[in-house]
Amino acid sequence: MTAPIRSAQGGAPAGVEHRNRGPAGQISGYNVGYLDENTKRMIRRALLKAVAIPGHQVPFGSREMPLPYGWGTGGIQVTAAVIGPGDTLKVIDQGADDTTNAVSIRRFFAKVAGVATTERTAAASIIQTRHRIPETPLREGQVLVYQVPMPEPLFRLEPRVAETKRMHALADYSLMHVKLYEDIARHGHIATSYNYPVMVGGRYLMSPSPIPSFDNPKMHRMPALQLFGAGREKRIYAVPPYTDVRSLDFEDHPFEPIRADAACALCGSRESYLDEVVTDDAGGRMFVCSDTDYCTTRQAGREAAE
Amino acid sequence: MSAALLEATGLSLRYGPVAALDDVALSIWPGEVVAIVGESGSGKTTLLRVLSGLLRPDAGEVLYRDPAGAAHAVQAMPEAAMRRLHRTDWGFVHQNPRDGLRLGVSAGGNIGERLMATGARHYGAIRAEAVEWLQRVEIDPARIDGLPRTFSGGMQQRLQIARTLVTHPRLVFMDEPTGGLDVSVQARLLDLIRALVADLGLAVLLVTHDIAAARLLAHRMLVMRQGRVVEEGLTDRVLDDPQHEYTQLLVASVLAA
Amino acid sequence: MNWALRTEGLGKGFTLHLQGGTHIPVLRGVELEVRPGECVALAGASGAGKSTLMRCLYGNYGAGEGRILLRHRHAVVDLAAADARLVREVRRDTLGYVSQFLRVIPRVPTLDIVAEPLAARGLPQEPARARAAALLARLNLPARLHGLPPATFSGGEQQRVNLARGFAPHYPVLLLDEPTASLDAGNRAVVIGLIEEAKRSGAAIIGIFHDTEVRDQVADRLFEVTPMQAAA
Repeated sequence: MTAPIRSAQGGAPAGVEHRNRGPAGQISGYNVGYLDENTKRMIRRALLKAVAIPGHQVPFGSREMPLPYGWGTGGIQVTAAVIGPGDTLKVIDQGADDTTNAVSIRRFFAKVAGVATTERTAAASIIQTRHRIPETPLREGQVLVYQVPMPEPLFRLEPRVAETKRMHALADYSLMHVKLYEDIARHGHIATSYNYPVMVGGRYLMSPSPIPSFDNPKMHRMPALQLFGAGREKRIYAVPPYTDVRSLDFEDHPFEPIRADAACALCGSRESYLDEVVTDDAGGRMFVCSDTDYCTTRQAGREAAE
Repeated sequence: MSAALLEATGLSLRYGPVAALDDVALSIWPGEVVAIVGESGSGKTTLLRVLSGLLRPDAGEVLYRDPAGAAHAVQAMPEAAMRRLHRTDWGFVHQNPRDGLRLGVSAGGNIGERLMATGARHYGAIRAEAVEWLQRVEIDPARIDGLPRTFSGGMQQRLQIARTLVTHPRLVFMDEPTGGLDVSVQARLLDLIRALVADLGLAVLLVTHDIAAARLLAHRMLVMRQGRVVEEGLTDRVLDDPQHEYTQLLVASVLAA
Repeated sequence: MNWALRTEGLGKGFTLHLQGGTHIPVLRGVELEVRPGECVALAGASGAGKSTLMRCLYGNYGAGEGRILLRHRHAVVDLAAADARLVREVRRDTLGYVSQFLRVIPRVPTLDIVAEPLAARGLPQEPARARAAALLARLNLPARLHGLPPATFSGGEQQRVNLARGFAPHYPVLLLDEPTASLDAGNRAVVIGLIEEAKRSGAAIIGIFHDTEVRDQVADRLFEVTPMQAAA
């Protein structure tokens, strides 16, 4: 199954690093997708297991990647293991395609996997994301790869890893409800606004990664495959298409996605998740869509209509 | 009409050359308070841990009867069933409230945990139940959002009891529940336990070295020494007409004090 | 066999392990039979074993030998051989005991102490408290004391609480250990009345009465408890 390492083309002198671009825009000297085939196989096995047990954290042998922990080492390995030449990759960071991190990862895969990239949600086959789910609904056949800093949802409540594993094994999640109870007792409402815990398939408690709770409902019965990679913590988990994903709540304090009560200053959307942008030192601020693709598409549509 | 809630036979457990339990048998019936007394190292806490499934004996069997009347071997119970049992039909009150409470969680959250573990998902109802239980254990309901670490030792122990009893267990294990408390605080706690036990018809297995506490609370008593039950029977008979040499010594020491 | 309680060859001794295993025999071959509606007073010199016999009959002391037969729920029970759970059941339904001293339970109000044995038999709280209050009133314990724990009461007041607790459930067999020891004349008369009523309703009563005046009024006959020599 080992793909041939594409040899250097062109007139690079011997001894020079094989960093030249290959025929498909890919640099030479690296295996497709940067990781070697054995590593990809190991990650794919973990992914298969993760898909088979929705919401369950599967350990994997996380590799050193050419970017620091916390920058998406987990997501990048998952993407590397599933990406193929025919894929089109979109990378977002907090919803934006144009941040340093998103741009770097996109260029990285363009180089090491020779894939096409896009900023358009609808055009992407793989979307790697940090902290958001795109506003445009995902469809069957798409893969959403989340970068996860801390995969264990019980981490702050139960410091013993062995005990959290036992709690997962026994589906013993009362502690998480105790945390939500404490939230309501202290703040009058569930004060968790991101990384809001969910139950997957009615069985496993799962951290959705630090996406805003606004995005939680999008996970429920999503047609796309959702994969989660935590590089530092060496865990992979997944939500297969059309799986139930429920945000924990109380009957009398139902889960409510939190959204700023405003319209996007650029596209006017009242449905999308908004970032607050401070515009000057005089307290001036505005709200704009966090999903840049969604926002520009809407702006273009409005201009075309005018 | 009724059957024993818990029945143990032939329990033995050795720690190297030391016999912590030596062929111990015991049964407890619904609504019965049974005290296990004896000096430190006599095996009473070990017995409590074996009976409650926290420790596996070398030999012997513990049978638990569920509310439907079916008997289960405690040592053969899957861990998930054991956990469920420990937060529904059973309760465990530890000597040190730190072992039985979540110190970083409010009093209300501590009481509510067992309810939430058994499926309660209505915040208002959980809170109302917590208020009621705070009152029952004589803690000002205004402290419902206070953290246990701001409570006195006696309050912490009463909170632990509320947290344990909130799901109306039928059998509660108590390991020296008044140990480490001031005498005046002990008296109040003992009386509270006595009243709750009578009101709720609880069966309690009480480990204590406090003979006065055992006399006040227990219907029956087992005296343990070096891993063996040397004497057992009605509390007042064991204390007023002790037969075994060790029991006589135990009773004489208490009365002299 | 028209008896409520009967002993056969009842014997009791104490082995004092802490004093070199000395054995002190106290009772031997006690044959006592009490009929319903009858009051038997235990007689004998001080130290003859009257209190020991009473405690054996209540199960507080374990019988060394012989049988203690009681009619409990239409069956005959041998209290000497009964296990702890059966003894508890007999004490709840059949056998009452008024000791000389009240064992005070901290913080429990007087009214609840008296109502407790009624509640244990399943009587709802309100009627149980009502009966307790009526009995306490009859024993001249003022209502203002009913809500207080009896720890601070005088000896006479505590004894009346004890009496109310013993008489409230109408036990078929009632043991009375010096029931009038610290009572004034007026309350002695109340107790005599209570004993007479219990007899009329068919209770078998066994008592130790140092007060011969009371004894002569309530006892139908005496039962002599004879002292045993330590060497015997």
